Amino acid sequence: MIPAAFDYARASSAEEAIALIGQYGDEAKFLAGGHSLLPLMKLRLAQPTVLVDIGRVPDLSYIREEGDQIAIGALTRHMDVETSPLLHQHVPLLAHAAGHVGDPQVRHRGTIGGSIAHADPASDLPATTLALGATYVAKGPNGTREIAAADFYHGFLTSALEADEMLVEIRVPKMNGAGWSFQKFNRRAQDWAIVGVAAWRRNGDAGVALVNMGSVPILATDVASAASSRIGSAIRRVTNWLDTSLAAAQADPQPDLNASADYRVHLAKVLTRRALEAASA
Amino acid sequence: MEISVTVNGVKHTAEVEGRTLLVHFVREQLGMTGTNIGCDTSSCGACSVHLDGEAVKSCTILAVQADGTEITTIEGMAGADGTLHPMQQAFMENHGLQCGYCTPGMVMAATSLLKENPNPTEEDVRLGLEGNLCRCTGYHNIVQSVLAAAKA
Ligand SMILES: Cc1cc2nc3c(=O)[nH]c(=O)nc-3n(C[C@H](O)[C@H](O)[C@H](O)COP(=O)(O)OP(=O)(O)OC[C@H]3O[C@@H](n4cnc5c(N)ncnc54)[C@H](O)[C@@H]3O)c2cc1C
Ligand code: FES
Ligand code: FES
Repeated sequence: MIPAAFDYARASSAEEAIALIGQYGDEAKFLAGGHSLLPLMKLRLAQPTVLVDIGRVPDLSYIREEGDQIAIGALTRHMDVETSPLLHQHVPLLAHAAGHVGDPQVRHRGTIGGSIAHADPASDLPATTLALGATYVAKGPNGTREIAAADFYHGFLTSALEADEMLVEIRVPKMNGAGWSFQKFNRRAQDWAIVGVAAWRRNGDAGVALVNMGSVPILATDVASAASSRIGSAIRRVTNWLDTSLAAAQADPQPDLNASADYRVHLAKVLTRRALEAASA
Repeated sequence: MEISVTVNGVKHTAEVEGRTLLVHFVREQLGMTGTNIGCDTSSCGACSVHLDGEAVKSCTILAVQADGTEITTIEGMAGADGTLHPMQQAFMENHGLQCGYCTPGMVMAATSLLKENPNPTEEDVRLGLEGNLCRCTGYHNIVQSVLAAAKA
């Protein structure tokens, strides 16, 4: 399968990439690792007329310590997130989740920025950074702005990013020794999660987010108080929250080839329990 | 647009369309058909090659993205005198293939794996090859081959 024809432009800086996208307008798209966009283009589910390749922009691939946060350049590849000693030390949940993305070949190409910008609710890193309370940094023609992960995901494959805005950095708070767990349920090793749960827990505080339980990654609200309570009541709180958000259609799992909506709800409860138990062990 | 790619140590400069996939560039423009296309949907790993030393799926990379890089395909693994690469030798000795369709991709993924993890456990090998599907062997002998190559 071959994508529909398009014009190709390679940007050598974020500024140039944003100017190029601005110049070509709506039909243009950034190309980072290409591991979400190219499969869609091969199936002709996406047909951008221009690709602005940001894969060679220098200085956007880094992982560094900044006070109580770790800053990750948008073009950092999954493999580099997975193997980063700094992340293993300070944000082990994210390094671990990155190791569950696809397979090694995919992780050699795909980037954290591409994964988040793509805003696929079935992807691992949107939910994981959401659970961790990350902040995303977007750069546009008028400068940069910070977007809280909790405000970023607007709908299936749509986010708070403007068409001419580029994601440049992901900032993740250090976990300070919190217990954590990443539960990913799939049928074959390289697959996306049928349902996934990213969770961390530390005395008085916790974060839980769900993969593939609706059109956006879903952050469990009202779990912080659960963090200080006993594990049994913490789990009950989160599953009650899940029932409430299902009723309110915030969580809105869809049936597909792999699972019915009911089965997804069942999985979400089982995996949340496992995740909170593991994070509390 | 014009790209310049070093493939198996030889520099090639060629005109490609933006949409030309790396696997088509290698197979059709350079005529190296050792790299197979299996699924064509980024799943099976048959098309794996090394890009700057790391295994990637060449059906999911544009040739223009590979401009200026070094690519190694299965044709570049054996020595100039025909001596097999230790991974190829190990696949042969351990019966790591049946029809052989997945084998080029398996060898490229497995050599990339050993570069990142020279002493893998069996579990590491199974996980490290999660991006490569084989419809014949049941994987057992592939895993044995990679473990043997790690010791070679
Ligand atoms: C076989 C296979 C299995 C996979 N399995 C998983 C999995 O299990 N879990 C998982 O989470 N993911 C999985 N993925 C997806 C993978 O993680 C992708 O790499 C990732 O989702 C997209 O990153 P990318 O750099 O490749 O982005 P691209 O494909 O280049 O871009 C994706 C989208 O984001 C936009 N974009 C990219 N970068 C930026 C930026 N910096 N600013 C603004 N917009 C940008 C692009 O315009 C495009 O619309 C899989 C992919 C494949 C091919
Ligand atoms: S042909 Fe590329 S992964 Fe199957
Ligand atoms: S040997 Fe036939 S597909 Fe692997």
